[in-house]
Amino acid sequence: MKDRTLTRRIVADRIFQVVVVFLSFCSILPMFFILFFISKNGISSISWNFLTRLPAPVGETGGGIANAIVGSALLILLASVVAVPLGILTGIYLAEYRKDKFSYLSRLSVEILMGTPSIVIGIIAYVWVVKPIGSFSALSGGVALGIMMLPVIVMSTEETLKLMPDSLKEASLALGVSYPRTIMKVILPAGLSGIVTGMLLSVARIAGETAPLLFTAFGSPFMAANVFKPVSSLPLTVFNYATSPYPEWHALAWGASFVLLVFVLALNLIAKLGMRKWKVQF
Amino acid sequence: MLESAGQMIEPLERAQAESVHHRPGFTLSEGAFRKILYLAGISVLVLLIAIFFSLLLASMPSMKALGIRFLTGRTWDPVTSHFGALPFLVGTLVTSFLALCISILFSLPISIFLGYYHREGKASSFVKTVIELLAGVPSVIYGFWGLFFFIPIIRFVETELGVAPYGVGILASSLILAVMIIPYSASLGREVINLVPNDLKEAALSLGATRFEVIRKVILPYARSGIFAGILLSLGRALGETMAVTMLIGNSNFLPTSIFSPANTMASVIANEFTEATGAIYLSSLIQLALLLFVVTTVINIIGKIIISRTSVT
Amino acid sequence: MESPVLAVDHFSAGFDTNQVLKDIDLLIEKNRITAIMGPSGCGKTTLIRCINRMHELIPSARVSGKILLDNEDIFDMDAIIVRRKIGMVFQRPNPFPTMSIYDNVIAGYNLNGIRISKGDRDRIVEESLKKAALWDEVKDALHRRGTFLSGGQQQRLCIARALAMNPEILLLDEPTSALDPKSTAHIEELVVQLKSAVTIIQVTHNIPQAARISDYTAFIYLGELVEFGPTEKLFTVPKDKRTEEYLTGKFG
Repeated sequence: MKDRTLTRRIVADRIFQVVVVFLSFCSILPMFFILFFISKNGISSISWNFLTRLPAPVGETGGGIANAIVGSALLILLASVVAVPLGILTGIYLAEYRKDKFSYLSRLSVEILMGTPSIVIGIIAYVWVVKPIGSFSALSGGVALGIMMLPVIVMSTEETLKLMPDSLKEASLALGVSYPRTIMKVILPAGLSGIVTGMLLSVARIAGETAPLLFTAFGSPFMAANVFKPVSSLPLTVFNYATSPYPEWHALAWGASFVLLVFVLALNLIAKLGMRKWKVQF
Repeated sequence: MLESAGQMIEPLERAQAESVHHRPGFTLSEGAFRKILYLAGISVLVLLIAIFFSLLLASMPSMKALGIRFLTGRTWDPVTSHFGALPFLVGTLVTSFLALCISILFSLPISIFLGYYHREGKASSFVKTVIELLAGVPSVIYGFWGLFFFIPIIRFVETELGVAPYGVGILASSLILAVMIIPYSASLGREVINLVPNDLKEAALSLGATRFEVIRKVILPYARSGIFAGILLSLGRALGETMAVTMLIGNSNFLPTSIFSPANTMASVIANEFTEATGAIYLSSLIQLALLLFVVTTVINIIGKIIISRTSVT
Repeated sequence: MESPVLAVDHFSAGFDTNQVLKDIDLLIEKNRITAIMGPSGCGKTTLIRCINRMHELIPSARVSGKILLDNEDIFDMDAIIVRRKIGMVFQRPNPFPTMSIYDNVIAGYNLNGIRISKGDRDRIVEESLKKAALWDEVKDALHRRGTFLSGGQQQRLCIARALAMNPEILLLDEPTSALDPKSTAHIEELVVQLKSAVTIIQVTHNIPQAARISDYTAFIYLGELVEFGPTEKLFTVPKDKRTEEYLTGKFG
């Protein structure tokens, strides 16, 4: 009797292990499917023309995604201007005032903002920027993406600064260096690598965002020239062309997807390497 | 070596005397700097409150005009100015819950794989890296891939079953949503399972339990609330997901009748119709949907954080 | 006492409801080494941290009484000025990790935005490293980061950094407790030579060290100043029974 129960238990254990490994393996399959699909269909579109030309009108071939690439770059720049200074200062606050009663509320707000749907943020940018200006604009897109970048920068700055040993601060203060200078010239530079890694992650997060741009940056077939006018971006291009009925535009979508995917994955990998090297974890 | 001790060269003396009293005028004082930090600390809270009130204000017109019919009405027809959002509430809930159920089937095993069987080592880093990369893939790319991967399969199934072969619909979007939230809930689950104290696991093993039994009887019960919080947070994530769902859900404003029906979620109808919305009530109704999304996801996030903070050691 | 440079006057300190120092009266003689000794938790580290007002880093700290530097109460001065006149070296060496040895020594000037000519700067760095008995070992590697130095060398770098500010008093918080015996001996030798340039107050729980190097010793126990006087007298004929018990190792 005992033997049979024991055998049953061991068999159950083995089966369970196999099932766990199998299901885990299945869960990571999509990555390879996606990489395969996008690469297979997208690589053929990649050419110097593709990267430097504007999209061609319907029916013509040989269009490109230059406006999308420049547009994305512009949006990321605008978003960074909005998010980086405020994000770093907030991160400093959370790291320096850890035991403050208010910092709990502040940190909770950051986490809530992190989990807010991107389309809601797009609507807010519409209400705050598009309505007053009267037209879609790169500026409103930058504001939307900046709001999405903010929590990532805050959390990565806070985590990095929390790792800084107290002895660093004490050494500086004991030399008669003021508190603001100690933070800005000693602590912050010492944590620069962690903060930069956080910025890379935040750029990776917003580079692929489409929903907040649907009614802010809106998209445009032209090269970005004016922050008060609509602007294109890589994910918008993918969305618009993928859902269009024209096969030439589908090809553009594949190519744009490939560029976008490679960019986002590369940023993520570099950031992970940075995190592993400097042993930060956010 | 120490002859110079006690003897200063004149310029040095000057510089060192100056160093004692030098207070460069343009430097920020400590008080001002600390005030700036406080302001930054408040800023995110203020931002959230501002978002809430802006959404509320912009939703007023439709709230006043429609009242509760907004949530109970089954017809969403901008042409006749009917704005009943029930189809979208149903679409959102059904796709999210379906996605959640499908994803748990996969994310729980990965959490156990990474949190128990393979906490370190090459297999573990590889799987962890792939999961983290999956979490970083943009939503629009998931949608694009889904169009060419899931849709043909579902169309085939629909034809076999004799149902209208749209391909797009609730099933398609639930599937892509499931794939998208697996990395998120897997990471959360792994952290929670990792936190189970070693001595509990070792105690069970030393009593002769198999690893399956340790998982069933020690780890899962201990990590129960953490796993629940992870599921809750994944739900929050699923509710707000827009692009992939928009591309695969079929954009129909009718109340879905089956798993194969095209439909719309709150997020996807906003994505599809916002730029063409004319008329104050129309726009305001869409914004009201955004308000609803914001409130629900905020509440879910708060509850999830509270549960996690109660169970974690930090 | 001939010329006290620092006077601690009815000084008490505590954190929240915890009273750490009770009514301390102390005179520190210029250009001498004063050791502050006592068992763990007696308040000696708190005392020297109050002398350069580093206790203010802890929000719950409260003090009463005066500490007079050249007859001026340090609590009436700007804390930053106090810390430039009174330098500190910590228990664990803490050179700035992102700066070179050169920049570490001159950090007090750089971080404060004080502009001095390159010539003066080079001279201050060389002087300070020589005073800290580190110059010969690092003069060819001034622009490398200080992290490759041994523990003893890093501590001497921290001493050079503090000396570069030309302080009146140098506070040493158990500077050799994290070092090996050889480095400890080096630093003890260095401290003795430094006193002609700067007044030294050293906290130590190492009784023989206090006997070896200090001119005056203060014995603190449970927050009270039990006894204070010339080292030789205190060690050979202690006036208080508690001092005698501490010196003979009855409590640690």
